[in-house]
Amino acid sequence: MAEKIETEDKFDWKKRKRRRELIRKSLIHTVLVAGSLFFIFPFFWLLVGSFKSEVQLSLFPPTLIPIPIRWENFPEMFAQCPFLTFLKNSVIISVLNILGAVLSCSLIAYPFARLRWPGRDVVFVAVLATMMIPFQITAVPLFLIFRKMGWIDTLYPLWVRAWFGLPFFIFLLRQFYMSIPYELEDAAKIDGCSYFGIYWRIMLPLVKPALAVIAIFRFMFSWNDFFHPLIFIQSIEKMPLALGLQTLLPRPGQIATTPGAISFNYMLGAALLMTFPLVIVFFFAQKYFIQGITLTGIKG
Amino acid sequence: MEGKSRTIQSKERRAAYLFLLPWIIGFFIFYFIPILIATALGFYEYSILNPPRFVGLANFVDVFKDSLFWTSLSNSFYMVYIGVPLQILAGLSVALLLNMKVKGLAYYRAIYYLPAIVPMVASAILWLWMFNPQFGYINAALSFIGIQGPEWLGSTVWAKPAFIMMRVWAAGATMIIYLAGLKNIPVQFYEAAELDGANSFQKFLRITLPLLTPTLFFTSLTGVIFAFQIFTQAYIMTGGGPVDSTMFLVYYLYDSAFVYFKMGYACAITLILFFIILAFSLFQVKIAPLWVHYEVGRRGDKWQKK
Repeated sequence: MAEKIETEDKFDWKKRKRRRELIRKSLIHTVLVAGSLFFIFPFFWLLVGSFKSEVQLSLFPPTLIPIPIRWENFPEMFAQCPFLTFLKNSVIISVLNILGAVLSCSLIAYPFARLRWPGRDVVFVAVLATMMIPFQITAVPLFLIFRKMGWIDTLYPLWVRAWFGLPFFIFLLRQFYMSIPYELEDAAKIDGCSYFGIYWRIMLPLVKPALAVIAIFRFMFSWNDFFHPLIFIQSIEKMPLALGLQTLLPRPGQIATTPGAISFNYMLGAALLMTFPLVIVFFFAQKYFIQGITLTGIKG
Repeated sequence: MEGKSRTIQSKERRAAYLFLLPWIIGFFIFYFIPILIATALGFYEYSILNPPRFVGLANFVDVFKDSLFWTSLSNSFYMVYIGVPLQILAGLSVALLLNMKVKGLAYYRAIYYLPAIVPMVASAILWLWMFNPQFGYINAALSFIGIQGPEWLGSTVWAKPAFIMMRVWAAGATMIIYLAGLKNIPVQFYEAAELDGANSFQKFLRITLPLLTPTLFFTSLTGVIFAFQIFTQAYIMTGGGPVDSTMFLVYYLYDSAFVYFKMGYACAITLILFFIILAFSLFQVKIAPLWVHYEVGRRGDKWQKK
């Protein structure tokens, strides 16, 4: 009799534990879903807004769905502003940035991981130290230097830097190179392969995932960058998207009187189109985003 | 034999320097020379049109006498002292939730990270609309529950909190860093604590938090440097206003250099900004041993060669 009660007790306890676990899990999911809504809603709002008419945009309370869905917004926006020129400039800048960053950083990181030379640790600390210097610190002198070189209002200041190594990526690649076994390299050396040959034929193919991380983050940076173009570019035909779109907005404090400003539903459409490529890249290469952030703490 | 190994050594050195060449050139062009120029020009008056004129410490005296400098300094400090902790808190709490072995982790992680990839310009356009006091979604939602929303970007009190809200929205990268930090904590620690009868709160306080301090340290260090760089949001959304309430240090620097073309003055601000960031970083590094817990021998030795 007593034994039976005990097993029932045990059974009951297990059931209770399972129920408590269920409650806990559903609580967590409720919080997570609510949080997701907070994070996803502005996207939804951007999407909805870019298909609304200007009148519908200023309704209060705001409507959730645009009626009718105005696809015309996009062709109209292209007609009213040089969106496609901005896009072209952004693409040129991004491609040159990606190429430069991948080539230069992979080259520079190699001797830090694989070659012996005096002063290696000191120089590596210098690389790390430059990580801590924000661009804004060097903006004014760089402006003066580029001005002397006649580079103001050209695309050069927006991509040349990437060809001379970027500290976060050098750091990332060094870690990757160090994880490659030495045997591969030794075998190549015995076969008479040069250092450059080892780098190019053996090392580079093995660190492809790291190169993907670099390409993605450099793309993100050059696509989004606002501060550099603001300082170095003056004419509309040379502006990338980030700076170009800003010129279409009314300047704060002087609503709608800025020349060249376009109506806000077009602005939202332009912002949507600008964000789109990044979302696509993110969905196809999520793993590289996660890897890049966890390995270096890059915030994009 | 010795001679031969020496030639190999010198070959290796030569190769190393060749590989490094782009970095060496870049270091001089993009860091060393600019910092040298900024240091020198900080003591000159220079408006581009006229040749620089030596003025000694006058630029620095002028900066410290300008009330706008102090306003922008205190605004930047606001973003550091209020914005950074909130960002860390948001990133950490989401990471802790996601770390509780829930199903669909990958989906949640993607959703929470997504805002971080939105270009600042695009998100500024979007949030300009969200924060619009008349037609904006946020005030519509607030009025739905009977609250009269503030003017947000048009208010001296609410403009900075609005910026912080945007930054919290885009704090996904921080969340991923914490998530990685949490995954690095060995399960055995928790199992041992459970055997000793620790509850979840104790486990969090005694295991999770101490072992996460290196990650916390890293994110607060980079977060502070990042907070001092805030500019784009203010430039696009508020133009520094209303009444200079979103005038930040970098904005002040930008205006001096590229609106008023006071290059010497701007270089003086640059130097001051540099030393502020340096002081904050060094301070954080200095007090780190008081609260950051490093497990001896696990990290760190990887750092050395091979």
